[in-house]
Amino acid sequence: MMKALAMPFRPADDGDRTRHGVVVLLLLTVMLFVACLLSLGIGPTGVGLRDLWTYATGNSASLSTQDRVILEAVRLPRTALGLLVGAGLAVSGAMMQGLFRNPLADPGIVGVTSGAGLAAVAAIVLGNGILAPVAMVLGNQFLPLMAFFGGLFNTWALYVIATRDGRTSTTTLILSGIAIGALSAALMGLMIVMADDRQLRDITFWNLGSLGGATFGRVLSILPFVGAVMVIMPFVARGLDALVLGDAAAFHMGIPVQRLKKIVIVAVAAACGSTVAVAGSIGFVGIVVPHLLRLVMGPSHRFLLPGSALGGGALLLVADSVARTVAAPAELPIGVITALFGAPVFLFLLLGKNGITTRDMP
Amino acid sequence: MGSSFTLRGLFAAVLLGTGLVAGVAVASDKGNPEAKRIVSIGGTITEILYAIGAEDRIVARDSTSFYPDAANSKPDVGYMRALSAEGILGQKPDLILMEEGSGPPPVIEILKASEVPMVVIPTPAKADAIGRKIRDVGAAVGLSDKADALALRTEDGLKKLAADVAKIPGPKKKVLFVLSLANNRVMAGGADTEAGAVIEMAGGINAAPTINGYKPLADEAVIATKPDVVLSMSRGDHTITPEQVFAIPSMQTTPAAANKALVTMDGLLLLGFGPRTPEAARSLAGQIYPGAIN
Repeated sequence: MMKALAMPFRPADDGDRTRHGVVVLLLLTVMLFVACLLSLGIGPTGVGLRDLWTYATGNSASLSTQDRVILEAVRLPRTALGLLVGAGLAVSGAMMQGLFRNPLADPGIVGVTSGAGLAAVAAIVLGNGILAPVAMVLGNQFLPLMAFFGGLFNTWALYVIATRDGRTSTTTLILSGIAIGALSAALMGLMIVMADDRQLRDITFWNLGSLGGATFGRVLSILPFVGAVMVIMPFVARGLDALVLGDAAAFHMGIPVQRLKKIVIVAVAAACGSTVAVAGSIGFVGIVVPHLLRLVMGPSHRFLLPGSALGGGALLLVADSVARTVAAPAELPIGVITALFGAPVFLFLLLGKNGITTRDMP
Repeated sequence: MGSSFTLRGLFAAVLLGTGLVAGVAVASDKGNPEAKRIVSIGGTITEILYAIGAEDRIVARDSTSFYPDAANSKPDVGYMRALSAEGILGQKPDLILMEEGSGPPPVIEILKASEVPMVVIPTPAKADAIGRKIRDVGAAVGLSDKADALALRTEDGLKKLAADVAKIPGPKKKVLFVLSLANNRVMAGGADTEAGAVIEMAGGINAAPTINGYKPLADEAVIATKPDVVLSMSRGDHTITPEQVFAIPSMQTTPAAANKALVTMDGLLLLGFGPRTPEAARSLAGQIYPGAIN
């Protein structure tokens, strides 16, 4: 199914822009590397960059067991998880904005976030009640799996609603997305009414998002989904560039528009559903990162998509490093940090001379 | 659309992936008399550790551990339901002692995997579970003798209170526990709450037994409960006054409003279910039935 989409990249008609794009990607790679070092090398414990070096060069025997546990069982999986979650959210945001030709589009618009949120709240509130047998079977993975399936279910429902005679209308998709989001919010409200004091606290903290509790199991569990979004990047970039001219024009340029929509929506739903499932809701990464990058590298998706992957990963790792050190040994929710940083940047972009308008889109 | 949605494949993959984290180490259940660096999670646990003389072995505590005052000088690892694995491990603990329900669960999983001995103390909101809680904490830190003595004292205090409460003449009073008064809505303590249990220990009747846990009570339900006394928590600088409580429309018709009968007590003391509970329940009884008990 990919083959028809696998158009060769546009020949470099403007070599300057290509070179510029490559330079920015290299810079982003360096930033990501620094962010990884930061994430692995700082934390509320004394374990720092020097210990990391000792560990990486194979002299881990000279470290205490405690320090090794912190590097191996706490920081490594956490850095890997932050990388995947940040990259997944930012690439999903960039793809959605391209697909909907709407600079405000984010995964929330196709119902992933609301579906995952509703299912997670249901898991918290009904986990000791009617969902107890399911909770027993799934054990510790009960909440993330529920959230994942909730996100996919909403996206699937939305897709079925917005597809008539094999054609998916973008407008219907956005409008039904709003309706389904409202319905999910209402059902979530019902759950919250049923919740007791403890469950309300759990819901609050889940909603604020956190990379706390990262394990390699969780990293592996979201890897296929975030990986899928990364893998399709080169195949959908040209299609997304063409879509700016409208569905019909893109179709006449030889883009299989319907298939492109399907693939992007499913990949984004899987990537976001799985990240929301393991890390809760983390806002603004999907909106802010692609916008910042459009300013520095232009709107072409062949650079914007990989750039978003690198930039999203770096941003989330930095945000997480802040989240776990400023209040150490306690921890702030990462959603608080991304919103504190993201919202002002978003406003700045909106008000600046490079204000966000649809002309920023390719 | 059919074939391009390979949802079944996605489901299989996520199940496979998440399955990998199953089966981590289990919490240690033995005593740890040699533990010198204890992280204590839960206000009552910390309180018990201080009461049995283990305070010098505590290196950090959670944000609900604010009694006795000295506990506030230890590093705070955050709220017991939003803990951080590295924050706790960074204290280099050799024992983690936590109340049941501490979390979030993924962090608890990592703490278990770190192989630092960890003991989870069950905390049912029942008078007869307090002794067990104290003994559990004592056993976990290797101070069973002291804990046993403290538990016996506490149980004795509860028995004496029960005997005194039984002698109070007249009909029992209905007590409505109010957790918060946000936006004129009463968040009440229902069945299966610490508040309900302590009200009964003090010889009162929980006025809101039809709800479970702490939940907002409908205005008409507040009127229908006809509480004789309203019970609430005092919070340092801003304590709820009778004027505030009884200005709420749904409260105005209650017998409690007629007598301006509001009792406020320290939250951890009132709801902690630890060694100070006999004292807390006795003080509550004295305020519900003035003059009938001391």
